[in-house]
Amino acid sequence: MTLEMVVFGVTFVVALGSSLAMVFARNAVHAALFLVIAQVALAVTFLLQGAYFVAALQIIVYAGAIMVLFLFVIMLLGVDKRDALIEPLPAQRPLAVGLGALLAAEVIYIVFKGIDLVGDAGGEAITALNRDPGNVLAVARVLFSRYLLPFEATSILLVVAVVGVMVLTRRISDVADLQTPEDLPAGAPVKEIAV
Amino acid sequence: MNWVIDLIGGPQTVIAIAKVLIVFASLLVLMILVVWAERRILADMQARIGPNRWGPFGLLQTLADGIKLITKEDFRPQLADRWTYAAAPVIAAVASFLAFAVVPFGDEVTIAGHRIDFILSDLNIGLLFFLAAGSIGVYGVALAGWSSGSKYPLLGAVRASAQMISYEIALGLSLIPIVLVSGSLSTKAIVAAQAGSVQNVTFFDGIPVLESISRYFEYVPNWYIWSQWPAFLIFLIAGIAETNRAPFDLPEAESELVAGYMTEYGGAKFLMFFLGEYLHIVTVSAMAVTLFFGGWNGPAPDFLGWVWPLAWFLFKTGLFVYLFVWLRATLPRLRYDRLMWLGWKRLIPASLLWIAVTAVVNIDNAQLSRNWKLGAFGVMFAVVMVWVGKGDPRLRSAVSPQRRLDGTT
Amino acid sequence: MTLPAYLPILILLVLSTGFAVFSLWMASKISPRRWTPAKLAPYECGITPEDGEEVGRERFPVKFYLVAMLFIVFDIETAFMYPWAVAYDELKLFGLIEMGVFIGILLAAYVYVWKRGALEWAE
Repeated sequence: MTLEMVVFGVTFVVALGSSLAMVFARNAVHAALFLVIAQVALAVTFLLQGAYFVAALQIIVYAGAIMVLFLFVIMLLGVDKRDALIEPLPAQRPLAVGLGALLAAEVIYIVFKGIDLVGDAGGEAITALNRDPGNVLAVARVLFSRYLLPFEATSILLVVAVVGVMVLTRRISDVADLQTPEDLPAGAPVKEIAV
Repeated sequence: MNWVIDLIGGPQTVIAIAKVLIVFASLLVLMILVVWAERRILADMQARIGPNRWGPFGLLQTLADGIKLITKEDFRPQLADRWTYAAAPVIAAVASFLAFAVVPFGDEVTIAGHRIDFILSDLNIGLLFFLAAGSIGVYGVALAGWSSGSKYPLLGAVRASAQMISYEIALGLSLIPIVLVSGSLSTKAIVAAQAGSVQNVTFFDGIPVLESISRYFEYVPNWYIWSQWPAFLIFLIAGIAETNRAPFDLPEAESELVAGYMTEYGGAKFLMFFLGEYLHIVTVSAMAVTLFFGGWNGPAPDFLGWVWPLAWFLFKTGLFVYLFVWLRATLPRLRYDRLMWLGWKRLIPASLLWIAVTAVVNIDNAQLSRNWKLGAFGVMFAVVMVWVGKGDPRLRSAVSPQRRLDGTT
Repeated sequence: MTLPAYLPILILLVLSTGFAVFSLWMASKISPRRWTPAKLAPYECGITPEDGEEVGRERFPVKFYLVAMLFIVFDIETAFMYPWAVAYDELKLFGLIEMGVFIGILLAAYVYVWKRGALEWAE
């Protein structure tokens, strides 16, 4: 038994355990934290496969940025234990079961069929990348040639996200700025806000 | 004996364990010295005496404080979230320790046929690892504030984490010019690229005037600071903001938020935050030295080969730690809106512009003529200087109490 | 094959976590424990917290949320720039134009956010 197998075993248990804990956590902040642990564990599995760059991005982008946003929303809006049990989407349970089954089917398919990660299917650059996934230069070669269009499209996606956030927060902040009727001087016009 | 070594993975594992143990212990001792040095320097700058009772020059004062903190009452506020409350200081300390793993602190040495690098891990994504450790550190702050179950810590945590993520962008962007010129994310390779004299830098090539004077530069080290000083300034400002130190110490703002996210912490848990903060200072200083000041490079005599690089590294890092303390003694705290203004509206555009300058200048000669290159360099350089250096009234009033009282923002 | 480079980091992670946890555990063993209701109440500079007032219920300016969102956008941008910077010597002018387009599109969003006043913090 090599050290890598030990690390993989621990990572596997941590990833699975924290994912389950995330689902069953009653407290929204705890759930977010378990998700962070799962993200870090995933990063370690990327490391074990030699994909250093992807592992670093997994931590910087997912654990370091996206989960911080989650945490911010939970902390800022004061979503505590109570709200976490309310389900705003009525169809979310059957939908979750359906999508879960789909994912499981995909995993089973790959387990039995297998996918060729080091084959020549993607051309020379992809092959070079798959032989040495930790090489940032190889990642760049593929990203800035074969996947140029998706790369540029990402920027448009990010712009859309920014505009969406602006639109959403504008409305909320207008409402937050509103004083309560008692605070307003007599006769002051009451601003109508569409929420 | 040999079978034990083989069982745990061969000599490399033994070397790794020994290295980590030595570095870890050294860092703890270094922390004691840094805290002591800060108190002495601050006292000196404020015409006080500072700690001088316990041990020679008061050197053992920090140790005594540490022992005091560990024996202090271990309490947990009633409304605190038990496990998160205990985990936050651990996360803060561990993230700071991890960031040091990619700092090269000396040359390599060969002992009994085994090559030992004076760096814990020379990763080919070293810089990204440094950033990743910093982004994990945000959790220590955010969770501390949330889990305390109290108003002021939560306020402090929200402020602190917003500040940290805002300046993390500038920090990340300020490293890219270095990657552009060195072509590597490995800290060891970046230090190696800064060895030697500035005489050999291609910047002087092709321009007769500069070529003729280049021989006078034989003793000027080939550090990135000469060509990358805008990146260095951005890195330094963002780095100080990341460590939550003055003048960016709003998260702790004693006078407004009590102690920010640490309000409900005491004893050993507080000690962990304290340790994390000072470790962060050392790591940011060491990174500045590594990226811009040639790392452990420096003139060395022939004897005691490995000592000199280590000494140079410690000396340069020490100067930066001194700078941190100096800034704390000199600059008043920034107001929050100005902090965000500086981060989002100045540092980010400035760093993007500087990346563009570096990219244009470093483009292959065959495709863009040298004149074009230098012209673009000059124009964009001037723009950056005007943008960053122009005395913005908002920044000036931030450090001038009188103007703030006048209400002229 | 991949682990040796990361082995010191793994050891450092275990060692520093162990050190921190051990210190906290030690402290909880050797330190006195004389808890009183007043000591355990949230610290509010002497003002008694109102009954039933829950921490975290108060809402914060939505700008903090906006900052976190903008941070993701710029973080991803930074993440894309690292491989670009490493491969820049190969990509040359092509790479410059590629990244120029990418950053140019993002700058549009940046200018939009700036003009809409989302980066203003002074009320």
